[in-house]
Amino acid sequence: MSQIVLDKLRERFGTAILETHTNYGDDTAVVDRGVWKAVATFLREDPALDFDMPVDLCGVDYPNRMPRMEVVLHLYSVSKGQRVRIKTRVGDDDMDGAELDSLVGVWPGLNWLEREVFDMSGVRFRGHPDLRRILMYPEFEGHPLQRTYPAQKTQPLVEYRTEDEAGVPLNKLEPFGADEGMPFGRKGLPRDGTSPAVPGRRRSLTEDN
Amino acid sequence: MGDVNRSLVLEGSEQGYATTRLDALLGWARKYSLFSYPFITACCGMEFMALTSPRFDVSRFGAEVPRFSPRQSDLLWVVGTVSQRQGPVLKRIYEQMMAPKWVFAFGTCAASGGFYDNYTTVPGIDKIIPVDVYIPGCPPRPEAVLDGLMLLQDKIQRNERRPSVVKPRFDPAESVHDMVRLRRSAADPRALLPAMREHTKRNVGGSAS
Ligand code: SF4
Repeated sequence: MSQIVLDKLRERFGTAILETHTNYGDDTAVVDRGVWKAVATFLREDPALDFDMPVDLCGVDYPNRMPRMEVVLHLYSVSKGQRVRIKTRVGDDDMDGAELDSLVGVWPGLNWLEREVFDMSGVRFRGHPDLRRILMYPEFEGHPLQRTYPAQKTQPLVEYRTEDEAGVPLNKLEPFGADEGMPFGRKGLPRDGTSPAVPGRRRSLTEDN
Repeated sequence: MGDVNRSLVLEGSEQGYATTRLDALLGWARKYSLFSYPFITACCGMEFMALTSPRFDVSRFGAEVPRFSPRQSDLLWVVGTVSQRQGPVLKRIYEQMMAPKWVFAFGTCAASGGFYDNYTTVPGIDKIIPVDVYIPGCPPRPEAVLDGLMLLQDKIQRNERRPSVVKPRFDPAESVHDMVRLRRSAADPRALLPAMREHTKRNVGGSAS
């Protein structure tokens, strides 16, 4: 069945299908954002395709591309045992025009997933019944999975205690290093495992002998 | 009678009464009747369950009664990752507890935010509420938590409110790594057995057979 889905899409939508590729039976089609909803409806309703299960929807930011935000939809057909991945690209440098038609009318299960993509990546879905943040709190500003969001920027809801108030230092105490549990480290932190030795650490067997 | 002045008690008991300092008596009573409020948010919760199971049996320390209202408890267990969104909840719960109250930061996430060094997570609950004992580990072993509990009991007895950290004893992963390295380095691994037994005995304790 593999190629059939992509062939059908190309036949039906012509040049609105910008790219297709198939790796190891993994079919992907990049479509023009104008036909986003039409493609979805077609895949859902064509009896030979019957994609009845929306598996996942997410946004991927490529800041050097134009348009920069890729929206990826994974579909599965329970009756045909077939999967397909549909992508589209929206939004310029400032995420202007990052808008898509909502697919909640096609698969009601996409309701929360579209809210997640809106929350994390900042893509707005036209016609969504209730487009609010779903993971972050309403006070949060920006969209954390955009590459332009600073990696270490936090937006606390309660004011942090000051060291004066606490009477003790509030930086990370030993053995909690700044890069605790982060093998890849962050900029400006040592990457070579030169964190301070753990107190009371046992001696190595090979050193003893 | 723990740290209550033994000679005074013995002396007094012959004449039908005992003397002690009021705060020492209160400390002694408090440290064996800790009512817990578990604030469990993530994977560390599994280890908390192990802790309360018969094998590790936290009731030996008088801390086995969970209260599901913060107003009735005096020991707050913060177990797991606290997201920024939960920050106000945690603060509210802490404020509802009646004094004297103590707080455990159970696991690396609660103690320092762990590897979640980004927009989602409070980098250590001490940024929001005071902490008495930090228990490192991802998750900490129940033995480490029991160490922490004994540390807290000791602090309660001494009326000491400065925060303290449970020190890791040795790293089992490192020990295994050493063993493998040593075994690979030898022509006849059997010749190394006595040295390995000795090593196990020293680091793990007890007899290795
Ligand atoms: S310290 Fe580790 S085990 Fe505990 S909550 Fe954090 S990630 Fe989970």
